[in-house]
Amino acid sequence: MSSSEGAPESWISSFCSLMGHEFFAEVSEDFIEDDFNLTGLQSQVPMYKEALEMILDVEPEDDEEEEEEEEEEEDDDEVLGDERPLGYRKAGDRRHARVASDLSVIESSAELLYGLIHQRYITSRPGIQQMLEKYEMQHFGVCPRVNCGGCKVLPVGRSDTPGQETVKLFCPGCMDIYTPPNSRFHSVDGAFFGTTFGCLFFMTFPDLSVGTRLDGPLSAGPLSAAARAQSTLTNRSTPPQMPNEPPTPEDQPVEINGMHTSNFCPGLGRGKIYDPKIYGFKVSEVSRVGPRMKWLRMKPRDVYEVDEARNYELNAADREEEVREHEAREREADNDGDTEMNAEQSQEAVIANRKKAPLRRRRQEPSQTAPSDQMSVQSAEIA
Amino acid sequence: MVNMMEDFNSETDSDYTSYWRDWFVSSRGNEYFCEIDEDYLTDRFNLTGLNTEVPYYQYALDLVTDVFDLDADDDLREQIEKSARHLYGLVHARYIVTTRGLAKMLDKYKKCDFGKCPRVLCDGHPLLPLGQHDLPNMSTVKLYCPKCEDIYNPKSSRHASIDGAYFGTSFHSILFQVYPALNPEKSLRRYEPRIYGFKVHAAAALARWQDCCREDMQDRLAEFGMSQKFVEESDSEEENYEYGEENETVKTEKVAGDAASARMDLGN
Repeated sequence: MSSSEGAPESWISSFCSLMGHEFFAEVSEDFIEDDFNLTGLQSQVPMYKEALEMILDVEPEDDEEEEEEEEEEEDDDEVLGDERPLGYRKAGDRRHARVASDLSVIESSAELLYGLIHQRYITSRPGIQQMLEKYEMQHFGVCPRVNCGGCKVLPVGRSDTPGQETVKLFCPGCMDIYTPPNSRFHSVDGAFFGTTFGCLFFMTFPDLSVGTRLDGPLSAGPLSAAARAQSTLTNRSTPPQMPNEPPTPEDQPVEINGMHTSNFCPGLGRGKIYDPKIYGFKVSEVSRVGPRMKWLRMKPRDVYEVDEARNYELNAADREEEVREHEAREREADNDGDTEMNAEQSQEAVIANRKKAPLRRRRQEPSQTAPSDQMSVQSAEIA
Repeated sequence: MVNMMEDFNSETDSDYTSYWRDWFVSSRGNEYFCEIDEDYLTDRFNLTGLNTEVPYYQYALDLVTDVFDLDADDDLREQIEKSARHLYGLVHARYIVTTRGLAKMLDKYKKCDFGKCPRVLCDGHPLLPLGQHDLPNMSTVKLYCPKCEDIYNPKSSRHASIDGAYFGTSFHSILFQVYPALNPEKSLRRYEPRIYGFKVHAAAALARWQDCCREDMQDRLAEFGMSQKFVEESDSEEENYEYGEENETVKTEKVAGDAASARMDLGN
């Protein structure tokens, strides 16, 4: 390594300390040196070998050795049949007079390669751990949405292919993505973070308290008594209790759809939806320019409503009951004697009910809470 | 700042030019403000009740209207200057809901003077300033995106310290009541979190639930003979194919909401 100069800084750490590169984690050299982790990148990055050498701070070897190696490399490449830019073949010839422009090409290749490795690294165990530290130190900033209350965000991409979109910020409080406020990040490629990282992060650390509330499972330990008192105070004051709305159902599950209920979009739902008002009066939905986008920030008060498997079972029981009723009615009609007419009627009824069933499944009234559903099912079964 | 004011005052105040307001509106951090008309400021009716809210009210008003000529020491001058800015803000909240004020703010909105929506799927739609309270010293200014109908914090810290009451809670709603044609088309697009290409269940289930809520809203609107059109982008069609049936009906229906539109008459 470059021992000739005092206190050398590795390419990786100097890259990560560049302006605008604050979101990047420092990929460990072990990760890069494992060829398995680089599978397929050779075809995506021009001047791959040189770029990799640059990232790992490998000194270019002596000319003779290098040329030999280069030849070998080229042979390998031909065997592999990789797609290469035409200029690559001549790289060996040009090597003797490597000029500044050549270096800058390698530099940009190295940045691309590092970004693509980074995309993979932050979904690995050590990488995601490193990002956790950065997340907790709020390196990625907070959600700009007022009702998210300064929820910490994560950098994500909208595409895994480089060169398509710049980096965005994912807020777990509202499950939405935002443009970074600082323009220095508007030139960072989103693919260097990838589409997977955002959600994978929060699934890897499910106990992480996502919202701003202090009563999360993680904050239970080192919280001082005063802070605890304050947090309970603020908690009590935050939910604006509407007089005409029923209180939140209390028997909420600990987990919903693989997340802690407390972490399930804490920035959405009642009290977190902006309500436009004119001189204190709400703007009616029926107004031509009334609010139309509230659904985007809605969340069921009773999280069981998004437990689709459970709802399906409840509805299935409902449907079975209906079918049974109709069968019974048909049987009664059969017994009556004037079979033909009644049979026709009941058939129509069955068809009508069949039509109705999927509609009901799809369109669940927000007011229709799960417990009452269960009640009705139970009572139906008893009957 | 005091020095700057002295400079202004030492010049001949021969013409009735708006030195103070010019300076205030063009100074850094005050990009959200528009210039209040002289006529509006001098009409005492428009200032009703502000004399109890603003200390040194008369001096502050004189300063704002460029007729200030008091020999005051620096401390007092600073106090008055502070009051003048507060007074200007409070009058501003009243001014921007008048016809002239709305037109001025509309120009600024079209020029993106208030910034662009940080939400990626809003494609940088221009924002409008708003306060969450009409009383001063309650909250700072926020920004409203008419596309996603949500409110955001200003990204620059120099705007984050402006009092929200200087814009008021009603302004942006009134703007679109008065100029309904400017209300942007709403979009169905939303972010879909994915892990290795697979949708994340918690987010997808919530999205389906929200879609039901949206359909309910469309049904409610249909009862009033209105329909809400959502822009269907090509990339969201695939996501919403389950609801393709409904979306198509929405698309083909014409907006027939004029009958129920509650246009606000501002007395002008």
